[in-house]
Amino acid sequence: MNSTGTLKSSSSELDLDRPNIEDYLPSGAAIQQEPRGKLRLHDLLDISPTLSEAAGAIVDDSFTRCFKSNPPEPWNWNIYLFPLWCFGVFLRYLIIFPTRALVLTIGWIIFLSAFIPVHLLLKGHDKLRRNIERSLVEMMCGFFVASWTGVVKYHGPRPSRRPKQVFVANHTSMIDFIILEQMTAFAVIMQKHPGWVGLLQSTILESVGCIWFNRSEAKDREIVARKLRDHVQGTDNNPLLIFPEGTCVNNHYTVMFKKGAFELGCTVCPIAIKYNKIFVDAFWNSRKQSFTTHLLQLMTSWAVVCDVWYLEPQNLKPGETPIEFAERVRDIISTRAGLKMVPWDGYLKYSRPSPKHRERKQQNFAESVLRRLEEK
Amino acid sequence: MGSASSMLTQYDIEEVQEHCNHLFSQQEIVCLYQRFCQLDRNAKGFISSDEFLSIPEFVMNPLSQRLLKMVDGLNFKDFVAFLSAFSTKASAHQKIELIFKVYDSDRNGKVSFKDILEVLKDLSGSYMSDEQREEVLGQVLKEAGYSKDCYLTLDDFTKVLGHSGVKMDVEVPVD
Repeated sequence: MNSTGTLKSSSSELDLDRPNIEDYLPSGAAIQQEPRGKLRLHDLLDISPTLSEAAGAIVDDSFTRCFKSNPPEPWNWNIYLFPLWCFGVFLRYLIIFPTRALVLTIGWIIFLSAFIPVHLLLKGHDKLRRNIERSLVEMMCGFFVASWTGVVKYHGPRPSRRPKQVFVANHTSMIDFIILEQMTAFAVIMQKHPGWVGLLQSTILESVGCIWFNRSEAKDREIVARKLRDHVQGTDNNPLLIFPEGTCVNNHYTVMFKKGAFELGCTVCPIAIKYNKIFVDAFWNSRKQSFTTHLLQLMTSWAVVCDVWYLEPQNLKPGETPIEFAERVRDIISTRAGLKMVPWDGYLKYSRPSPKHRERKQQNFAESVLRRLEEK
Repeated sequence: MGSASSMLTQYDIEEVQEHCNHLFSQQEIVCLYQRFCQLDRNAKGFISSDEFLSIPEFVMNPLSQRLLKMVDGLNFKDFVAFLSAFSTKASAHQKIELIFKVYDSDRNGKVSFKDILEVLKDLSGSYMSDEQREEVLGQVLKEAGYSKDCYLTLDDFTKVLGHSGVKMDVEVPVD
């Protein structure tokens, strides 16, 4: 299905074709059977189901759970293990960390001394320049991964460069991109960040082909959709990597995938990433720490262990809407990586849910009352 | 137990348990405390409206604004006391009392026709007109033996709701 129409940029687009949240919410919400019988005062006054739902949400809700970073259990709690742990801290901070910082610096020097000349001198020979830059970026990402002693196990066939395909993956931290990039130079679509990350984005990532978006701009979506479509049509562009969740999730859950990647009319290749929390929790809780702090935390831990699965490419099935396609791919990724699916839009981190959900509940209530009024 | 620190002492737990009439177990109180600290982002000792409204499931609820007025700015002890009505151990009377409090927004101990209409408006939104709501409420009130000018007290609520019991339980997920 080739969608040639433009995406509506109004916020209603977000809700109109979302799958029904009630289908996903815990059974408690669905247990209220359709009340029957003539309407009595008792039925109007009894607001207990609604109150229970509200209190249930206060006590625990599946959305906040997605962004909770669980602190690891302290294991250094006795006289034998504590000195061992102290020794470990000494090793990590005073020996390993400086070594890693050194490795990273060397990597940057090599990279920049090769990248800048190539970028400036080979301006005419685009294809050659692009190939070299690609390998350089892959190498630089390799240095990054080495600087946290990343132990990455790749499963599945390595992505091939073909037009009309996009790669989608679940998102836990910005290092997802680096881990995938060291294997294959992807082009990526990212939120423009401030600070040194932004600088990196505008200089080096431009060379592999990146698309910027701005979450807060509503009109932005149309422009971005067009850029995406142009990119996948091009034969010489790097394969495009998209994180359809739109935000970092704590690697135990997946939030709803945005349908943008699934309506480009091309094959979608899912990638599942699962981090092992044995040494460090790789979830970047952007509310709690800056990316720099997060990187430092990684660099002072023993290792970052993760599995990456390149899964079977999927196509839109006949009669399937992009949203259903997105959910199907999300299911594939979540199953592979052992993640639970929740029905929330990741952007609810930054904004309130639309009134449509509340309105649906109100509509159900009103219809039920009016219907029962007629009954004898 | 002024500002929220991340450690609850045994004494604190017992104090909170006392305050909620032992309707929550100690383990549940610890879990509620973790939840409280999770919602109270800057450790102020209470959860602000904004922080409650960052829970999408809560915002979706038609009665969220009413509950927000009751729960906004509570410290942990009162937060637990508020939620204790939802405990499985709470009596039907306590649950009915909470329902009454939700209706009686001006806290004058009686619920008027207008008060019930307000709640109905929250529940039905724009899917019922004001006239329809008045008509429906007037009719069921008459059938139950009350007139439009009647004020319902807690006893009336108990009489109306007490018969078939009130099922209003929330389980605290204990890790």
